[in-house]
Amino acid sequence: MTAPFDLNDDSVVVIIGTGAGGGVLANELAQKGISVVALEAGGRYLPEDYINDEWDSFGQLAWTDARSTSGDWRVARDFSGLPAWIVKAVGGTTTHWAGASLRFQDHEWKPRTTYGDVEGANLIDWPIDPREMDDYYTKAETKLGVTRTGGRPGLPGSNNYKVFEKGAKALGYEEVHTGRMAINAVDNDDRLACQQTGFCFQGCKWGAKWSSAYTDIPRGEATGNLEVRERCHVMRIEHNQAGKVTGVVYVDADGTRHEQKARVVCVAGNSIESPRLLLNSASSMFPDGLANSSGQVGRNYMRHVTGSVYATFEQPVRMWRGTTMAGIIQDEARHDPARGFVGGYELETLSLGLPFMAAFLDPGAWGREFTTALDHYENMAGMWIVGEDMPQETNRITLNSDVTDQHGLPVANVHFDDHPNDVAMRAHAYQQGIAIYEAVGATRVFPTPPYPSTHNLGTNRMSEKPRDGVVNAHGQSHDIANLFVSDGSQFTSGAAENPTLTIVALAIRQADFIAAEMGRQAL
Amino acid sequence: MSLRKHGMTRRQLLSQSALFGASFVIGAGYVAGKAEAANWAIEVEHLKPETMATLIQMARDIYPHDQVGDQFYALAVKGYDSAEAAPGIEEGIAALNEAARGIGYAAYTLIGWERDRVDLLRSLEDTAFFQQIRGGLVTGLYNQKAVWPIFGYEGESFSQGGYIDRGFDDINWL
Repeated sequence: MTAPFDLNDDSVVVIIGTGAGGGVLANELAQKGISVVALEAGGRYLPEDYINDEWDSFGQLAWTDARSTSGDWRVARDFSGLPAWIVKAVGGTTTHWAGASLRFQDHEWKPRTTYGDVEGANLIDWPIDPREMDDYYTKAETKLGVTRTGGRPGLPGSNNYKVFEKGAKALGYEEVHTGRMAINAVDNDDRLACQQTGFCFQGCKWGAKWSSAYTDIPRGEATGNLEVRERCHVMRIEHNQAGKVTGVVYVDADGTRHEQKARVVCVAGNSIESPRLLLNSASSMFPDGLANSSGQVGRNYMRHVTGSVYATFEQPVRMWRGTTMAGIIQDEARHDPARGFVGGYELETLSLGLPFMAAFLDPGAWGREFTTALDHYENMAGMWIVGEDMPQETNRITLNSDVTDQHGLPVANVHFDDHPNDVAMRAHAYQQGIAIYEAVGATRVFPTPPYPSTHNLGTNRMSEKPRDGVVNAHGQSHDIANLFVSDGSQFTSGAAENPTLTIVALAIRQADFIAAEMGRQAL
Repeated sequence: MSLRKHGMTRRQLLSQSALFGASFVIGAGYVAGKAEAANWAIEVEHLKPETMATLIQMARDIYPHDQVGDQFYALAVKGYDSAEAAPGIEEGIAALNEAARGIGYAAYTLIGWERDRVDLLRSLEDTAFFQQIRGGLVTGLYNQKAVWPIFGYEGESFSQGGYIDRGFDDINWL
C-alpha cells in the first residue's frame, strides 16, 4: 500500500505527533518500507511561513490549548494557563528549539546508581547501557548535522557568546565553545548555512536549523509510505478485548471524528499531551488509563532545573544578533556532590527580543527597578541554565475535569514543586552565571526565573521493571505490546543536556526495534 | 487603533484644554500631548477624556521610560476605549482617584511626584484593575514596533539577510 491510507487499513503504524520523536520515527519507519499514518494536531508551517516577530510567531506556532497548573513553581503564578512553551505544528517543537544537541554523559544513564538514594526523588536507572546509544547518537548527529561532531565545523561566536566566553575564561572554565548545534555552520544536507538572523525560537527561515518539519517529514512522505494528517487531534486510543490497541479516534480540522485502525500505535505528543491521551483513553478494562498498571503514567514530570542570568554592561552587546543559543559552558555538567547537589548543569547563552524580555525578565514586576533594566536592553547579555532535576512522583500530569478543551476533553493539569536538589542547583548556577558576567564588568545582573517549560520530560518513563515505569527500554509499554511511547515522556531521568538529540537517537533506535518486531510477527 | 495628529496650534490647544497629568484633555473626546513637540492626540469614544488621560499617566507610572513619549503609552491603552471595556476602566480609574483623595489630592494626575503616585499604585497592585492594566501593557507597550528603536532593538532581520554581514560579532569593547 502507498499513502494515503484507508481508515480501515489495520496494517499501518499510527504515530501521534510529528516532532523530534514522532517525526523522526515516522520517517525512519517509512524508509524501511513500513506504512505510517502520522496524526498531527497542528498545521503545517515551513520556513517561508515563519515570522521574525516574537508574539506573532507565538500566535502562529505555540500550543495554546487550555491547560492548568499547580504547585510551588513560579510559572503556576505568572503563566497559570501556559505551563509549557511548546509548539502545535507539523514538526512540533523542532520548529522552536534552539538546536543544542548534546549527548548524555555516561553516568546520567544510571542516576540511581550514581546519585544514590536522594530523599523525595523517585530515581531509577535507565534500562539502557550507554554503549548501546553510541551508534544511535552518531546517527542522530549525522541526521541533524550537529556542529563539532562528525568533522563538521562549529558556528562562529556572536557578541553574546564573546561576552560569555570572556567571563567563563576569567573564572577558569575550560569547556567553553559555540556549542554542538543542529544549525549548519556550512551548507549541509540540502540546508543552508546559518545567516546569524536570530529568531531561532520562531522557526528558522533559512532552514539552517534542523527541524523535522522540512527534513524527516517530507523525506518520509517522498517514500510513499508516510501519510501526515495535519490539524487532526487524537482524542483516545482504542483497544480490543485481548488488551491490544486497535486504532485511534481523532477529530479533524472540520470537527469531524474518524477512527483510524492500526497495527501499532506510537504516542509522541510530548510529556504533557502523551500522558493526557493515555489517561483520557481509560476504559473498563483499563480504568486508570492505558499502560498505567504501575500508576506511573503522568508522574515524574521533569522540566530541567532552568533559569536565566541576564546582565547589563556599560556598552552595547546587542545579544539578539545571531543564533539565539550561541555557546555553552560544560564544566558544571559533571556530577560533583561537593557543590551541594547531585547531577550537573549546562550554561548556554540565550537572548530574547525586547517584547519577550519585557514578558519574561521578571514576570509581574513593574516600576523603575524593572524598567531601568529594559532601558539598557541594548547593553544586555544573557544565558540560560539547564540542569538535571529530580523526578518526583508528585510532580505529575493529571486530568482536570473542571476545564475542557475545544474538543470537550479534560485538559492536562501540570503540577510541579521544586525538589531541594533543584533549588540548590539553581542557586549555584545563578551564582556562577552572575560571577561570569561580573568578571566582564557587568553593572547589574538579573537572576531570572524559569520560563514556561520547553523541556518536558518523564511522564511515561522507561523502566526495567514494569512496576517502576510505563515503557521498556524500547519505549514499548509494559502493559500493551503494540503501544509505544516515542517522545521525551519516556525519559527515565532528565540529565543535564538539552533533550532533543536523545529523543531523536531513541526514535531511530525504536524504529529498528519496531521493524524487527513486525518482521518476526511479534507485533 | 488610531493615533491622530491634530491640526491645532499650541495656543488653540491650550485655550480648549485642561491639564491632566502628562497629557491634555482637549475639548470633547480628545486627549493630546502637552508638550509643544508632542504633536499627537487620540480620540476617545467610550471613555471620558479625563479617564484616558489618567490611564496614560498610570501606564507611564507602571512602566516608566523617560525616553519614551506619551503617544506610545496612549497607544498602549487605547484599546480600552471600547464599549465593552470602558465601564470597568471608568470604575477602576474612579477608585484610583478616590485613593488619591484619601491622601489629599483631588485626582491621581494631580499628585506631583512619581514616588507618591507609585506608592498609591503599590497599595492597589493586587486589584484586578491594576493587574489588567499592567498585564495589558506588557504587550501593549513593548510590542509596538515603533517603540523598539528607542531601546535599540532591531526587530525582524531575515529580509536584510540576518546579521552574518551586519555585525553579529562586532563587539569591540571586551
